[in-house]
Amino acid sequence: MTIITDPPKGSFRLSMLLNDSRYRSLTLQAIAAILLALAIFYLANNVVTNLQRLGLNIDFSFLGAPAGYDINQRLIEYTSQSTNLKAAFVGILNTLLVAFLACIMATIFGVFAGVLRLSNNWLVSKLMSIYVEIFRNIPVLIWILIIYGIMTVVMPAPRAFRGEDAEAAMFLGISAFTNRGVYIPGPEFSRIFGEMGILSAGIGWLVAIAIIIGSFFGARTVTRRATRIQEATGVRPATLVTNLAIWFLPLIAFFIITGLTFEIPELKGFNFKGGIKIGAPLIAIWFALSIYTGAFIAENVRAGIQAVSKGQTEAAGALGIRPNRIMSLVVLPQALRVIIPPLISQYLNITKNSSLAILVGYADVTATLGGITLNQTGRAIECIVLLMLFYLTISLIISAVANFYNNSTKLKER
Amino acid sequence: MSDTSANAVAFVRTESVPASAPPVNAAGPVKWLKDNLFDGVGNSILTVLAFVAIFMILSNTMPWVLNGIWDAPTLAACREILDGTTGACFAVLSERWNQLLFGFKYPSELYWRPALAFAMLFVAFAPVLFFDLPRKLLIFTGLYPFIAFWLIWGGPIFNPILALVGLIVGYVVFVRLEKTSFAMAMGVGIVSAAVVWSLSKFIGSDSAILSIGYLETVPSRDLGGFMLNMMLGVTCVSLSLPLGIALALGRQSSMPLIKYVCVIFIEFIRGVPLITLLFVASVMLGYFFPPGSGVDLFIRVVIMITLFSAAYIAEVIRGGLAALPKGQYEAADSLGLDYAQATRLIILPQALKISIPGIVNIAVGLFKDTTLVSVISMFDMVGMIRGPILASTDWNGVYWELFSFAALLFFVVCYGISQYSQWLERRLATDHR
Amino acid sequence: MNKSVLFGAMTVASLAAGAAAAGTLEDVQARGKLNCGVTTGLVGFAAPDANGEWKGFDVAVCRAVAAAVLGDGNAVEFVPTTGKTRFTALASGEIDMLARNTTWTLSRDVDLKFTFVGVNYYDGQGFMAPKELGVSSAKDLDGATVCIQTGTTTELNLADFFRANNISYEPVPIETNAEAQQQYLAGACDVFTTDASGLAATRATFENPQDHVLLSEIVSKEPLGPLVRHGDNEWGDIVRWTLNALITAEELGVTSANIAEMSASAGGNPEINRLLGTEGTLGEMLGLSATWAKDAIAVSGNYGEVFEQNIGESTPIGLARGLNAQWTDGGLIYSPPFR
Repeated sequence: MTIITDPPKGSFRLSMLLNDSRYRSLTLQAIAAILLALAIFYLANNVVTNLQRLGLNIDFSFLGAPAGYDINQRLIEYTSQSTNLKAAFVGILNTLLVAFLACIMATIFGVFAGVLRLSNNWLVSKLMSIYVEIFRNIPVLIWILIIYGIMTVVMPAPRAFRGEDAEAAMFLGISAFTNRGVYIPGPEFSRIFGEMGILSAGIGWLVAIAIIIGSFFGARTVTRRATRIQEATGVRPATLVTNLAIWFLPLIAFFIITGLTFEIPELKGFNFKGGIKIGAPLIAIWFALSIYTGAFIAENVRAGIQAVSKGQTEAAGALGIRPNRIMSLVVLPQALRVIIPPLISQYLNITKNSSLAILVGYADVTATLGGITLNQTGRAIECIVLLMLFYLTISLIISAVANFYNNSTKLKER
Repeated sequence: MSDTSANAVAFVRTESVPASAPPVNAAGPVKWLKDNLFDGVGNSILTVLAFVAIFMILSNTMPWVLNGIWDAPTLAACREILDGTTGACFAVLSERWNQLLFGFKYPSELYWRPALAFAMLFVAFAPVLFFDLPRKLLIFTGLYPFIAFWLIWGGPIFNPILALVGLIVGYVVFVRLEKTSFAMAMGVGIVSAAVVWSLSKFIGSDSAILSIGYLETVPSRDLGGFMLNMMLGVTCVSLSLPLGIALALGRQSSMPLIKYVCVIFIEFIRGVPLITLLFVASVMLGYFFPPGSGVDLFIRVVIMITLFSAAYIAEVIRGGLAALPKGQYEAADSLGLDYAQATRLIILPQALKISIPGIVNIAVGLFKDTTLVSVISMFDMVGMIRGPILASTDWNGVYWELFSFAALLFFVVCYGISQYSQWLERRLATDHR
Repeated sequence: MNKSVLFGAMTVASLAAGAAAAGTLEDVQARGKLNCGVTTGLVGFAAPDANGEWKGFDVAVCRAVAAAVLGDGNAVEFVPTTGKTRFTALASGEIDMLARNTTWTLSRDVDLKFTFVGVNYYDGQGFMAPKELGVSSAKDLDGATVCIQTGTTTELNLADFFRANNISYEPVPIETNAEAQQQYLAGACDVFTTDASGLAATRATFENPQDHVLLSEIVSKEPLGPLVRHGDNEWGDIVRWTLNALITAEELGVTSANIAEMSASAGGNPEINRLLGTEGTLGEMLGLSATWAKDAIAVSGNYGEVFEQNIGESTPIGLARGLNAQWTDGGLIYSPPFR
């Protein structure tokens, strides 16, 4: 029996760098590091040489200069005298807005189509598979262009609403569907907040939301108390009326006190004025992304429901659980585990595909920072680097959420 | 007693009564209708709604399609023929089909070349896609890239042949040295291939060799239409496969530096939209090349799309690697295989097999995404429609016919591939459920 | 296919790296082709026709430069660029010159380091509205929805104009002219704004052009002209004087019809002789052949002829010369003398 000792010191040979497994990985990494550094140096050197030759420089000061252009769709105050940075920020908010809306809508489409595709109604399930196949197999770019085109051509122009015998009429007399957007009645607070100008609606709604949150907690307390009583005595007190009152009375009282009125849009000059306008570009990109991604989500939902083994349903049935409770307590929790991870990656896709909003004239961040600002300032490198950083940040945040979810729902195997 | 029993026999049937026909609503089409369409109130309502939806769609589109005009020189002439009735002007397709398929600059007398390359694509892919075909066909698959390059871009046949010879020399050297050390074999193989390639410098531009098999050259800027989509799709997916495998292996690597470089690369590419990468290709990448090199837009776009799809393919393959039981790695180790051998002989064949459906999905997605190049002034199918055709005086205002045609073409290709992928998934399912 | 493309590109790259120090003129001559950036398609200025041939006013400038440098008006590779890609394409050397109705502004000249060699079309931003709207002045457009074709100075001018007149509007930025047209015709916007020449070109393709009016206001100055990179003055001179040769040819009555006869031998007018190379050494000074200007003019005629063929009143676009008449006819088109 020989005792294996440490290799004798000083007997290190150069060939051991490649042949000795203790050093090989270090050698390879060192080579990789050198190659990588060379590649980076080569590219960076080219960039510097090219820029020097052209007398250009990397300079982000254009972000502080006035943008000089107007943006149609904005969530924060912005004029053509605001800075390019603010224009980019308006774009970022618009990207987030359309991505958020499209995620919700795509989930609704996807869940509907996915569930209906498993329906035992032959016609409906065939229709749904046609929907899924058509939308999955045609580029989203073409869908965006087609849907924007359909909206523009099929919906009436505002001028069709004009005159005695107008070609188009307002829906129920309060909403107008035009090819420039949908105009719906907008709530206004005529008292208390009325004098505060532009902020009035904002503060009013914040208070309203606060009241709703308060109602939520109120209702939950009542329900918990009912459950306690039920557990103690076996009789559950009626909570429906109390809960309804808690939910609606404070809100109604608030609206009456502040004098909530609805401003109905009407045709003035070139456009409808008043109320809330949802612009056609927003609707087009929102709808196109939702219906396209919905087809993918439908497949995920179908796969998720089919992934729950039939034995689970049967076992639950054998325990005497009622069918709808089987769905909510047994099938859905297991299906969700399969559905959610791909769903989150679809949300990521929606966010990234929203960069195509530029095709329909929606002012997302690609259209402001990566579009008009880039065109006007000619600062291509700076704009595109910032643009990529933004998308990267959003993606990393969404992936972090996905990882968190995956870890928290991982099957704990022992 | 015996009497009764003897009499009783007369009343016993010797054969069973023929089954009477089921009630009319429990068999045949009626039962099918009842089970599948009108099973309960909710279901009936759904059926009626579906019928209404189908009727609405068909009644709005069918007159337009059926009344289509296929022969007119301009939109105005077409509208004149229609004379106010509803109808499509498919004449734009019969007039401009060549531009939609090949772009507006590809010389029309040379259309046979990309068409032939397209036809050969099926032959080249067949042995890759269908395992039952004779393996000898794979030789043609290997030759195909060089033939297709020569057919589409033209030029002397010498260039692709030299490139091929270089690859073969490199491969032969690699195989010879592989026994000694994988890394060294790889290095020497690459160097010897490069030596062969550099021979081209010694051939003068007026050398007689260059006139052999000379096809008229077509610059890559002149490629366009659906051909461009196909070329970008096929080229980038095939280029990104090896890159994707390398990235996936790198991400699994135990060496921290390599691992983190791969992770950062993959996450970066997957984190940004393809359109920003195309902007990089069109406005930034030029700065990364040496001054005055002027690498043309097609190659820059191929580089960016390849990187893009490599990152996604790497993730799919990583899934395949992760799905392999740990025993496979351990078995390979216990046989005394080194990393390169184990990966090449044990791990990758199995991991790739699991990943094929995922890779096909990525390929379909990528093929659809090639339409984005229209945003950076390349005239692919969508670019042709949005640019030269809609901007021309003759066909200004024909939207639906053109976009329907584009949608149809993409649908046929992508649906075909996804059907193949499903077939393959069934074929590969080795767990006998 | 792929490897050899890349490989070829690498070789080209390494070869070209050595040649980069040379001037653009040498590059173009070595290549035997002029790379000229144009729009992706604006009828009248630069658009491929049904046969895939590039035609238009800007295209003619490219062809003239190619003829002056290489002696062949067809030795041009037209590189379609968008508003986003054009400047980088020029700066990174992908194209040798840009003739893409680009407005000459201070920041582009100074900050982006380009040299505008002259003006080949004096334009201004205008508005088009349907006749039935009953609008005659852009100042009546309070609250209107405006379709803008993005990618040029249009957005900025529009914002400035409406702000100066203190009226509100809703901008709808659209990428391509065809899509802007679709929006405008469907009534999704009330007015369409871009350069007046572009408006005229767009209106010409409508089914009923007479139903649409161009409003009287021109809200900006848009001197459009070809441009080259800063720092290569020899090349800039060539493009500048090729453009001037076209303009001077019109002033002196040299046309594509009579140029062969005029350049055969020195005539009575010394300036024509100097222009056409029968007298003096102007071509040599530029580093070109003596017949450079003759070649340039012979491709598609002098400035006036190019104008008439592509955007003039006899074409569907039907632009009047207006500001773009020769200075002798009260316009702004004026070339420094050839001596």
